[in-house]
Amino acid sequence: MKLKTKQKLVLIGNGMAGVRTLEELLKLAPDLYDITVFGAEPHPNYNRILLSPVLAGEQTVEQIVLNDWDWYRDNGITLHSGKKIVKIDRVRRYVVAEDGTEAAYDRLLLATGSNPFMLPIPGKDLDGVLAYRDIADTHAMIGAALKYKNAVVIGGGLLGLEAANGLRQRGMDVTVVHVLDTLMERQLDATAAGLLKRSLELRGLKFAMAKKTEALLADDHGRVRAVRFAGGEEIPAELVVMAIGIRPNTALAESAGLQCNRGILVSDTMQTYDPRIYAVGECAAHRGIAYGLVAPLFEQAKVCANHLAEFGIGIYSGSVTSTKLKVTGIDLFSAGDFNGGTDTEEITLADPIGGVYKKLVIRDDKLVGACLYGDTTDGAWYFRLLREGRKIDDIRDTLMFGEANLGDTGHSGESRAAAMVDEAEVCGCNGVCKGTIVKAIKTQGLFTVDAVRKHTKASSSCGSCTGLVEQILASTLGGDYSAAPKKKPICACTIYSHEEVRMAIRENRLTSLMAAMAFMEWSTPNGCATCRPALNYYLISTWPHEAKDDPQARFINERAHANIQKDGTYSVIPRMWGGITNASELRRIADVVDKYQIPTVKVTGGQRIDLLGVKKEDLQNIWRDLDMPSGHAYAKALRTVKTCVGSEWCRFGTQDSTRMGIELEKALWRMYAPHKVKLAVSGCPRNCAESGIKDVGVIGVDSGWEIYVAGNGGIKTDVAQFFCKLKTHEEVLEYAGAFLQLYREEGFYLERTVHFVGRVGLDYCKKRVLDDADGRRALWARLQDALRDEADPWHEPQKAAVDLRQFAPIKAVLVEESA
Amino acid sequence: MSTNDWFYICRLDDIPVSGARVVRFEGRADIALFRTLDDRVFALHDRCPHRGGPLSQGIVHGARVTCPLHAWVINLDSGRAVEPDVGATACLRVRCSDGEVYLHRADVMRPAVVAEAEACLAS
Repeated sequence: MKLKTKQKLVLIGNGMAGVRTLEELLKLAPDLYDITVFGAEPHPNYNRILLSPVLAGEQTVEQIVLNDWDWYRDNGITLHSGKKIVKIDRVRRYVVAEDGTEAAYDRLLLATGSNPFMLPIPGKDLDGVLAYRDIADTHAMIGAALKYKNAVVIGGGLLGLEAANGLRQRGMDVTVVHVLDTLMERQLDATAAGLLKRSLELRGLKFAMAKKTEALLADDHGRVRAVRFAGGEEIPAELVVMAIGIRPNTALAESAGLQCNRGILVSDTMQTYDPRIYAVGECAAHRGIAYGLVAPLFEQAKVCANHLAEFGIGIYSGSVTSTKLKVTGIDLFSAGDFNGGTDTEEITLADPIGGVYKKLVIRDDKLVGACLYGDTTDGAWYFRLLREGRKIDDIRDTLMFGEANLGDTGHSGESRAAAMVDEAEVCGCNGVCKGTIVKAIKTQGLFTVDAVRKHTKASSSCGSCTGLVEQILASTLGGDYSAAPKKKPICACTIYSHEEVRMAIRENRLTSLMAAMAFMEWSTPNGCATCRPALNYYLISTWPHEAKDDPQARFINERAHANIQKDGTYSVIPRMWGGITNASELRRIADVVDKYQIPTVKVTGGQRIDLLGVKKEDLQNIWRDLDMPSGHAYAKALRTVKTCVGSEWCRFGTQDSTRMGIELEKALWRMYAPHKVKLAVSGCPRNCAESGIKDVGVIGVDSGWEIYVAGNGGIKTDVAQFFCKLKTHEEVLEYAGAFLQLYREEGFYLERTVHFVGRVGLDYCKKRVLDDADGRRALWARLQDALRDEADPWHEPQKAAVDLRQFAPIKAVLVEESA
Repeated sequence: MSTNDWFYICRLDDIPVSGARVVRFEGRADIALFRTLDDRVFALHDRCPHRGGPLSQGIVHGARVTCPLHAWVINLDSGRAVEPDVGATACLRVRCSDGEVYLHRADVMRPAVVAEAEACLAS
């Protein structure tokens, strides 16, 4: 054991960004630092975002505390609350608080947040004139609402309107003064702002628009009594709240000689000009932007913690943000460039009577901005499209009508997160209702979909309700929520995304799990149940014949080559080429059912036969007795090729679909892929094999075959898209094979073809497979090479690296101890 | 502790690295025997506290296993579910020496129901 004095880390600012950095740091390197925290407010770390609900009387201060006193104690953190730091000595490396408390540092983290901007007008220091920033302000406003009648809120932005609404709910007569003639000009266009104003007026708020405040007038006791505008008009006010903006709090940093320009200047690693000093949160200016929303701050916290933990591989490259107003009952959402310009196109929908307005701004076939009022159901979806920069030309016609109109049969009826009742079920897989999610968000202080998933299980299974969970998160957290960054790590074991991992494996010729994890500095010894199967797939698909398949990195189904069932038994599905069978196979199946007393026999949707309730010990014998190839019904691999009867028997058939299907299945079976792969071949456009909802669907027409790709009949039904028309069987094999190899090489693990094509675009697939003949042939050749000597795990287990020990339990006999 | 306290089960090499084997004492609930990447061995009753899934069939990572049915993660050293899930599976004492793996007699003999009830109380 190496004895080493711990380094000292001092955090100035006990707010959300700073403390989140500590949380992230403790996760990565719990013992690296002695940590000391200074906070000017006499409270533990609380959720500043939720001050509006506190003001409106919907929550209490206790409910919005994020880390209570015990948290600091349990993590060995020294907390000086109520002590403001007044000096940083960068040479001798210590800080001094107002009361003389000193603390030395090796690293210093500035999270001093921001100050409200106060109008420099006469009367700004009178009693009853407040900013809206912290718990003290909130308490003062609540106190004033009990005693006084007239309130004026200066500033018609997000914060001002939330303050006005809260005061109105506490019974005050509230006027909002705004210097421009439209509200929330930074988040809304003029039309949406007009609708917002009308709806707030209906709630009893009054507005003084395009008014410049000239002075605040005092009564005899030095308390404010009225507001005077330029031009001389006066309105009564015993409480004035200034909410015209915030300024990064850089005074301390400037006094210490750190470079500041509308925020403390930081690099992509959140370091200031003094590399020992970091800054995160509202006080920091990154590439010229000081963020005031919580999601970017948390991204910064993560990067900063990574650096403090001496990993040094995190990079912050800025955030795209979205806005929502936390006024109960008003739905408003905006993101990106919602005003547009000369090079953009707009799609708008306006129903002024119904109070609905939507505007989408498009540039170069990509969504670049959105402004929604009255119906924000699809806010999260638009925001996702915007962040991903996905081409929307293929869905442009229905874009305005939302994700539900893309054919989301799963949840389209329930996607109005804000309007949903608490009992409404959100996650059908895990039976989680909205109330449970909202409660978890509020009581556990959750900010991300991942955290909600962990705590409630919502969206942790099939994931089809992820958008809805995101919306509930947004509507519960309100204004400052913005979704997770675009580039997501595979799991908590790494900081790298699927794309980066795959690239590293390819470019550095990594051929084993351990080598890959070591090279990419995995934070866990051998990954987890999420990343290990993904890495294993990337290795074997990138380096066929070279990378070693690790059965312990595969989910049990692919390790036992059968499907685990709820009671721990397995199901066995032998392969039936193109859905064709014969008396001998059926007889063997029947014999197996009798011999091993298999309780259930079912015909599957993929035209084969499923034997359910098989004991693991019997699997090997059953495979042997069946004497049929593995159906891979348990694997992320080619499952079935469904066929119709075709021209051999059908009076309408134009092509021999059964033969085509068998040829495809024989060419592609044993093909592992990012996810399961299903094909179908129909012999005529009546399409009895349902080719329209398959990963590759083939439909015979008089002159040849039409190929469709990226269909899906699962969670969300997606109709396959037309890909090309071909003449011969050989062409069908080559084109279908090339498309699937592209998916195998570039699809992310657990990404179905529909999502893969959605991500890279159908045009890209066409370019690679249709336009580039050499490339197509090379793809097809690589697939054939990969499948060259892939073994059937049921009949060549040794070659397929099946660990046979698993099929025999270690048997032991209890021997009573002799007395 | 006498050698009589311990049942010989198998050789260490009979358990796959980062994997598990099922140990079956006639007439008793199955036991899952895990081996980690760094050759530590743990034994748990082969039942996930969630819905009874066979933990021996899960993916072993670090000193944890992910249940194959609904992906609960169980700590191998304590049998407890990783937060925020709550629940525990009974563990059995393991001895590993000279590449041989033994289970403690008292733990094997204890009825599964009692062991699980104790695990729940402990968590």
